[in-house]
Amino acid sequence: MRYAYYSGCTLHATAREFDLSTRAVCSRLGIELEEIPDWNCCGATAAHATSHLLSVALAARNLALAETQEADLLVPCAACYHRLVTARKEMSENPHLRERVVRIIGREYRGRIGVRSLLEVLDHLDPERLAAGVVRPLRGLKVACYYGCLLVRPPAVTGFDDPEQPQVMDRLMRQWGAEPVDWGYKTECCGAGQGFSNEPVVLKLVRDILATASRAGADCLVCACTLCQSNLDARQGHVNRVYGSDFRLPVMYFTQLIGVGMGMEARELGLDSLFVDPRPVIRALG
Amino acid sequence: MVPLNLNRAIKEGARFVRRLEAESGQKISDCNQCGKCTAGCPLGFAMDLMPNQVMHLIRVGLWAEVLESRTIWLCSHCAVCTTRCPRNIDLARVMDSLRITARREGRIGSERSIALFNEIFLDSVRRYGRAHEFGIGLRHNLLTRRPFKDSDLGRVWLRRGKLKLGTRKIKGAAEIDRIFSEVERTEDGR
Amino acid sequence: MPRTGVFVCWCGSNIGGVIDCPETAAAASGFPGVAFSTDYKYMCSEPGQNMVIQAIREHRLDRAVVASCSPRLHEETFRKTLVRAGLNPYMLEMANIREHCTWVHGADIQQARIKAVDLVRRAVAKANRLEPLFESEISVTRRCLVIGGGVAGIQAALDVADAGHEVILVEREPTIGGNMVKLDKTFPTLDCSACISTPKMVAAATHPNIKLYTYAEIEKLAGYVGNFEVTIRQKARYVDHEKCTGCGTCWEKCPTRVPSEFDAGIGQRTAIYIPFPQAVPNKPVIDREHCRYFATGKCEICAKLCPTGAVDYGQEDLVLTEKVGAVVAATGFGLFDWSRVYGEYGYGQYPDVVTGMQFERLVNAAGPTGGKLLRPSDGATPRTVVFIKCVGSRDEAKGRRYCSRICCMYTAKHALQVLEKVPGASVFVFYMDVRTAGKGYEEFYQRAVNNGTVYVRGRVSKIYQDGERLVVRGVDTLLGRPVEVDADMVVLATAVEPGSGAAETARILGINTDQDGFFQEAHPKLRPVETHTRGVFLAGACQAPKDIPDTVAQASGAAAKVAGLLSSKWLSTNPMIATVNEALCTGCFLCVPVCSYRALEPKKITERLPGHPPREREVAGVNTGLCQGCGACNVACRAGAIEVRGFTNEQLLAEVDALCQ
Repeated sequence: MRYAYYSGCTLHATAREFDLSTRAVCSRLGIELEEIPDWNCCGATAAHATSHLLSVALAARNLALAETQEADLLVPCAACYHRLVTARKEMSENPHLRERVVRIIGREYRGRIGVRSLLEVLDHLDPERLAAGVVRPLRGLKVACYYGCLLVRPPAVTGFDDPEQPQVMDRLMRQWGAEPVDWGYKTECCGAGQGFSNEPVVLKLVRDILATASRAGADCLVCACTLCQSNLDARQGHVNRVYGSDFRLPVMYFTQLIGVGMGMEARELGLDSLFVDPRPVIRALG
Repeated sequence: MVPLNLNRAIKEGARFVRRLEAESGQKISDCNQCGKCTAGCPLGFAMDLMPNQVMHLIRVGLWAEVLESRTIWLCSHCAVCTTRCPRNIDLARVMDSLRITARREGRIGSERSIALFNEIFLDSVRRYGRAHEFGIGLRHNLLTRRPFKDSDLGRVWLRRGKLKLGTRKIKGAAEIDRIFSEVERTEDGR
Repeated sequence: MPRTGVFVCWCGSNIGGVIDCPETAAAASGFPGVAFSTDYKYMCSEPGQNMVIQAIREHRLDRAVVASCSPRLHEETFRKTLVRAGLNPYMLEMANIREHCTWVHGADIQQARIKAVDLVRRAVAKANRLEPLFESEISVTRRCLVIGGGVAGIQAALDVADAGHEVILVEREPTIGGNMVKLDKTFPTLDCSACISTPKMVAAATHPNIKLYTYAEIEKLAGYVGNFEVTIRQKARYVDHEKCTGCGTCWEKCPTRVPSEFDAGIGQRTAIYIPFPQAVPNKPVIDREHCRYFATGKCEICAKLCPTGAVDYGQEDLVLTEKVGAVVAATGFGLFDWSRVYGEYGYGQYPDVVTGMQFERLVNAAGPTGGKLLRPSDGATPRTVVFIKCVGSRDEAKGRRYCSRICCMYTAKHALQVLEKVPGASVFVFYMDVRTAGKGYEEFYQRAVNNGTVYVRGRVSKIYQDGERLVVRGVDTLLGRPVEVDADMVVLATAVEPGSGAAETARILGINTDQDGFFQEAHPKLRPVETHTRGVFLAGACQAPKDIPDTVAQASGAAAKVAGLLSSKWLSTNPMIATVNEALCTGCFLCVPVCSYRALEPKKITERLPGHPPREREVAGVNTGLCQGCGACNVACRAGAIEVRGFTNEQLLAEVDALCQ
């Protein structure tokens, strides 16, 4: 199983552990990742809030590069996934747009490859093969699976699971022995995009998500988006300061927890570089 | 309050509506003001105009109020509205189009910070091909005159080697710059 | 000594979940006259009924008390059970321990148990005094009267006629067709109203089973179900329709012009006229009030020009009677006269503020403008048209509190018509709600929106004329701001109300009207086309505001009821009616005016008392065909001479005694 791998900018910076754990887990599961040579930023929210054409063109260059690798594109980060999958869909539905974009990026693009999120790929793996990888089940770990916005919405674009009651991550966590909690904020926006400019607004959203997860009895949050992870993790201290709360909920990438289940070391998975240290929770698993 | 002359307002707003509909691919009059977008909007609590009001103001020609609102910049494009709209309106896309229009027409109201962030972010992408979080954060802090905002987070990231002070261009950086120029040229040519 | 059986039903958990039914049955076994008592889960079920029959046979019971639900639900069921057991069906008394007890006293089980036993005791006390009653049969005249020749009346008449019964169709206007034929197009399919209604008009007029009276009104309805006699006044037309060929010379040459009722006052007609070219019958009448000859004694142009000598100024009203077995009231609706009360909209003084019906005529190809949308004041094409909904509807202060049901849809239609007829026009609709409950209706409304109609949520507070324009000042509540529209024309969706003369028709027919003046149906859900007067049925907007599809459906429903009634030559009557003890009756006749069904009237009897010569005197008599057994006369009778069978004074007092124990 071979994929063209799009890691994205943050996976080389603040979300380095997502890249680390993705590569480690995939290699263990026999998923071959071939990084797209000289990939560029997908444009993120800044591009589509500035120019629709630009947002498609920036993503399209990566799609065009991946096409030369003749493999579907695999994207761990939900934000990048969203941009790439949107661009792909828009160009496939609008040949006129595709022609225009091809002219702008100066590369051939035929729309032959698919864009897959890592979660989706893992969900389609043979369960027995997955089960064979579990050496240290996450037994008793109560996890709140947080899907956020960009994986699931709009469903017509992402086509990912159920937009209101997604289950993919819950299913995966259950396979690894963890106990996903039922909670109401699985797909509520955390406002990460506003982090730079409107922190008070974002803190309220983060607080609500953390509080709901805590009330549901979660030991930690699991997510699939770099924006969400850093927002929920790094701003927990600010939330506690502003709201006088005492949240200490580790926020991990799903790949990190899978890695733990596979018996990997905390350092290998970047568990030591998060704000809220997840290691006590992991250690408590025994 | 002086009554709004609807004939005039709608007539004067017709061109804006046409352009917005072309830009977003959404039909403004499709909205029947059920308010489900507002009901589900996670940022609604901080907005000056509710999402459904945005649609209505555009419909009756009061687009200037919309362009200058905080709302269009507070919208996080989470697309809850789009997902749940009974009339299949992609309101998140409309919000995008409004941001694009506001920027193009230089009508950004009091909520400038996000627009500025987008500009800095894209500037980084244009120059290097990728987004350099450290540089972007720093520039944004300086330009918004809040030099120490999130510096506690930055310090941690730096210490853990997650933020790199230096910048490196991708090989195709020139290609990316050309993409930006081409897009600008195409859009100006319209 | 009576042998009464008591049967207590659990009704599943409806009753059994609240009270202890075996305990209630046990308590009943001690009441006087009770020879047997038991309980069962569902007494109305097949095994339950068989249990009743078996108990009657085994214990030689001669009457039964069923303690269960409302008699409205299952009295008929258990009467039939008694018949199967060989008893007279009226030897049954129901004790309603569900609606009157467990459903309302579930919160206080102790009191519910006591009340259930009380209710059964009451029923037993009455049952012990029941007498067998017997139904009688009356003959049925297999003809039907339909009042009103709009689409409701036409449909009902056609359906009854097709079922093989003779129909008398009476219309007060010179033509049939009613309101529907005035409309231009019909929502939501936009088919031409005349195209779909005129063929029906012709079909009604030519049907061999339909006898048509136009320009005629009913004056009196006597008799009762199966045997009515209706008095019809054929108004003088001053034209002999036998001779008239409908050539049109008279109305072309008539010098008098008056506003046309058919065109809602915006067009004109002559004094000798047909309301519109496709009128049925297609022959004129003379409007005596406006005719120059009748006013001045001079003119006679029509009479002089008529090639067949059909004009007859000496014609007089004709009063005739017809016998029928059933009546369908289909008298339609009227429109709220906004100009009397809506000063803020100009009291009708601005010529370009028109009603929805006037708009229909303005866009109708057969209307006064030939279908061109021109505003009344100066004949200019209006470029901005404002529609205001709920004018008189949902307005408790000035109009009526109810929703008129059709305005949302016809306003959407009007909006589409303006957009179609005037390219580039601006159309605004001020509304409080948009109600589109009907097949294809919401889609139709969306079409109006998609085509560019601007719907503004809010009422209009004021309209005033400012030069050539009308300024419409309203509110957009979604915006939370007052708004203004400069309009060339304003169309008001005026409320639907009972037709003029509805109250009088109700009086003649002996039926009730509701709080708004519409004819009252017997049950809002289960008997929507019947009235409380047996044999009188309802069709169309005379019962409540209704659109065409619902009107036609109800008309066919009424026709089915009529056909059912007329399907047999004989009809059995309800024996539970009033009866007069002639010896006690003093002939005061207080009972006559209290009877809603006109079932009581004075009659002469010859009284023979021992030791006295025979003498004639007047006492009250009951028409068994008309009496509905309501008991109003019973209450009014000071001498205690009137009783209702099945509810005699003795029976009622026994019940009261039992309850007061």
